[in-house]
Parts: sequence; C-alpha cells; structure tokens
Amino acid sequence: MTAALVLRGLTKRYADLAAVDGLDLTVEAGTLYGFLGPNGAGKTTTIRMLLGLVHPTGGTMEVLGAPIGAAQLRRIGALVEEPAFWRYLSGGRNLEYFARAAGPSGDRRDRLGRVDEVLGQVGLADAGGKKVKAYSQGMRQRLGIARALLGRPDVLVLDEPTNGLDPQGMREVRLLLRRLADGGTTVFVSSHLLGEVESMCDRVGVLARGRLVAEGSPAQLRGSGDRLRIDVDDPAGARRLLGGMAGLALGAHGDGARTGAGAGAGTLRVHLAAPATAAAVNAALVAGGVAVSALVPERERLEDVFLELTGPEP
Amino acid sequence: MFRVELGKAARRWRTWALALVLGAIPALFVLALVLSPPASGDDGPPFMVQTLRNGLFAPLVALVLLQPFFLPLTAGLLSGDAIAGESSAGTLRYLLVRPVGRTRLILAKYASVMALLGLLLAWVLVVGLVVGTIAFDLRPLATLSGTTVGVGPALARIAGSAAYVLAGVAGLAAVGLFISTLTESGPGATVATVAFAIVSQILGALSSLEVLHPYLLNTHWLAFVELLRSPVAAAPMLRGLAVFAAYTVVFLGAACLVLGRRDVHS
Repeated sequence: MTAALVLRGLTKRYADLAAVDGLDLTVEAGTLYGFLGPNGAGKTTTIRMLLGLVHPTGGTMEVLGAPIGAAQLRRIGALVEEPAFWRYLSGGRNLEYFARAAGPSGDRRDRLGRVDEVLGQVGLADAGGKKVKAYSQGMRQRLGIARALLGRPDVLVLDEPTNGLDPQGMREVRLLLRRLADGGTTVFVSSHLLGEVESMCDRVGVLARGRLVAEGSPAQLRGSGDRLRIDVDDPAGARRLLGGMAGLALGAHGDGARTGAGAGAGTLRVHLAAPATAAAVNAALVAGGVAVSALVPERERLEDVFLELTGPEP
Repeated sequence: MFRVELGKAARRWRTWALALVLGAIPALFVLALVLSPPASGDDGPPFMVQTLRNGLFAPLVALVLLQPFFLPLTAGLLSGDAIAGESSAGTLRYLLVRPVGRTRLILAKYASVMALLGLLLAWVLVVGLVVGTIAFDLRPLATLSGTTVGVGPALARIAGSAAYVLAGVAGLAAVGLFISTLTESGPGATVATVAFAIVSQILGALSSLEVLHPYLLNTHWLAFVELLRSPVAAAPMLRGLAVFAAYTVVFLGAACLVLGRRDVHS
C-alpha cells in the first residue's frame, strides 16, 4: 500500500507553546483513519497544517506523495471545524459557488448534476433550494460533508464530521464514510467520540499534547486478554487465594466495597491470560471458602485506554 | 472566483439596498429643484437656475455629492468586508482549500469590489440622467469656462468624469482590502477604511500640512472638474491618476503579502 498522508516531525509553535510537537504520522491510502484526542490536543492545528491553512514551524508533510500545494488540495475534500457557508444563499447555490471558486470547472450541467448528487449522498436532496440560514445544525453539518465530497476527492479530511447530528444521522454518515473508504478513498476523521471511532475506523491514532501517543487498530489499542469482574463476600480473602495463580493479574483499580451487599462484600477486577480461565478462578475461590455472587467477563474499553494515554501528565 | 463574487453580490440584499440609497441621491436633487419654484424676475440668479435646470446636470451633481462621502463609504463597506467578512463567516478557509490561491483571492475580490462600485456609479448616473431628463429635458451644457458644449460631447465628458471618480475610489478600495486582511471583523475593517478616508480629508483641509497634500487621495478626487472646462486641462487629472495607481499597487501588494503569510485560524 502507498501512503496518502505522511507527517514527519510536524511542529507548530505559538510563542513558547507547542500546539503540535514533532508529530509523526502515516496514513495508508484507502484506510479510514480515526484521529483521536481530547480538546486542545492539536487535532485541528494538525488538520489546518495538512490543508495549508496554517504554516508549520517545523517538520515535513506529504499528501499523496508530494508536499501540499494546489494540485494536492484539488484531490482533498475537507471539513474543518464548523461547516461555514454563505448564509444568504441556498445550500445548492453554496455548493455550486464553492465548486466554481477554484477556477474554470467545465460544463455547467455536469457541475449542477454533481451538486445534486452530493446533496443526495448526505440526505439533503430536498433541502438544496433552502437558504442555509434556515438550516438546522445537523443539516449544515451534512452540507459540509457534501461540500467535501464535491470534487470526488482521493483524500477526505473531516474534523468531527458527526458533530450536531442525531443518532440516525451519525449512523448514516458512518456508513457513508465506510462506503467511501471501501471504494478506495482515504478518510481521515478527527473525533473525540471514542465509540464512533471504535466502531468505524480501520486504524486509530491517539494525539495528546501535540504528539501521537498510541496508534493501531481499535482492537490493538484495547489490548489483548479479557477482564473479569468478580463480586465476592470477602475481597481480601479472594485476593489472597488468587494472588499466586498463573496467568492472572489482579487489577490495580476497580476494587472496592459494593453498596447493597452484605458487610465486607466487594468487587475484584482481574486480567486473564492463558492458562488462567474464569472457571478456574471460580473453582479456586469456592474451594477456598469465598462465596462468589457474580463472575462477569468485561471487555476493556477504548475509553479506559484513551483516558490513561491522554490524562494529565504524571 | 470573480464571477462567483458577482453572483454572490447579486443575491445579496445589501447590494440592492446600496443601489436604492445611492440612486436616491440624484433623484432627490432633481426633486428639490422641481419643488423650488423657478426664480422669476430679478429675485434670483436666472443664469444659475437655467444652468441647473438641465437633465445633464443631475448626474454631475450626483458625482460631486458622491465623491467625498457616499462613495468612500460604499468602497469601505465592500472592500472592508471582502476578506474579513469571509474570515468571520468561516468561509475563508473553505475557499482556500478548494483551493483558491491567496493572491488570486485578493485580486478577484478587488476586481469584484471595483466592478460593483462601477456598476453602482453607472446606476447613479443613469438615474440622474433619466430623472433629470424627465424633469428638465436635455440642453447643451454650460462649462465652467463659460462656453457651452452639445449634449453628445457633454455626455462623453460626464462619462469621463465618472471614470475618473471610479479611479479615485480604486485607491481607497485597495486600502480597504488591505485592512480587511488584518482583521476578522468586517464592520471593523469598514470603519477603519472610512476613518482612513476621513483622516485623509482632514489632513487635506489643514493648510499647515501642505507638503502632504500631493500624496493624499482626496486632494485629487475632484480634479474631474477639469473635464467641465474648455479647453480641458489634463495635467491635474494625470497627477491624480498617478497617485491613485500608486495607492492601489502599494496596498494591494501589502494585502497579498499579509494574507499570503498569515495562518488562517478563523
């Protein structure tokens, strides 16, 4: 596979603050890449540098095999923060004018056909004649995605594309992006919504304080192995019994007394890897005289990984 | 981009409001003349009245009224909003990533501002001419030198005056566009541009600053009256055109430099 985006040591400094700090990132062509990070991590600054809006302080960027320039931008469709439009014009007219703005754009009929096509793709076929100032936030968001699609781009750079959409709209956008990626378009999506990224993306990069702190498929980021929640009447006893078991790691967090249970009852969280199994854990506890009221397998959530990675500096 | 700009302007309420307000100026002038009874006997200066009561005079008066105030205001509004307005609406970044080159954007914006100003000015002249003709008919025009010129040549001189007025405001529009690249507030840039014009006119009025006067835009704005003399003296207008051109080149260049180097965060 070839790389659609290659960032090397990308840096943007404002006074003495580095918004983006030596960012290395590669996005292979045709992937749906989730760019995750808390607010202020540098996602938008990175996207603005990618699109030539903000000049980097240092580092290099290559888009589709060349430094960013007009030829590259023609092959990129973008949504950067809020979708902004000329509010006094209709949605369709906005798209037409943005399509024409970049220069001679061929046949008028083709252009208007393309406008109708992208409006249909985002579910705005009936609203194209309405003025943008009468649009809801969700409709503006859809129109923003439609504008990004106008030039049949090879790379889509979308900043929080599902912002302001209802659950149905979010699903539609996710399916649309998935379809585009499956058709060979590289889709680079920034988000702070983990669930969204987890369910949709092929690869995820996590940005914190201007640096990439983790990267991989959602499954890789979640890590291997299973977690087990064990509710018992005697957590201390259970800890003692399980302490020496092979393949088992006692969780450092999540322990504690449960309300509503008997005195002394509590919860343990353990990590399981071969040869330890849930059945063996149960057998060991029961044999040791600890009553087990629940044994629940838990998948580690991306959210936990994310919070761990992006939390305040130690 | 230039045609997109004109399309946007045509679909903007603001453009039509401007046309309405500016068109009202010659119309009101003619109305005022119609309502004031013709001076009879030796009460008034009949020569003056005879001169004014000519369809050709309304567009000329409109030019004189527009030049120092309404035209700078309109130029400030259109040029100040040009980049800053896109910036505050957030559409600037979406234009730049289409991509519309930054220098191209400045030049297209400037061309569309000048085209709109030209259209508005032509509209004012047409309104003045039509209303004036209906009220007073067309007569040979008395020049400032005391001679008269026929209707045809007089129209040509009026058109020439308008072209010169437009050139005069071109320098100010370039200043406005430059200011527009410095801020994200369209109204702010407009006010700053109009303030520039006002300060320039104040400087022009202070005789102690005479050394500056040849370099001010407004010093040359009214030089088109040369076209109303016979014979026409071209030198003052040529000096004016040189100053206008210098302002245009300097400030458009500065606008391109500023926008070209700036990070776009809006």
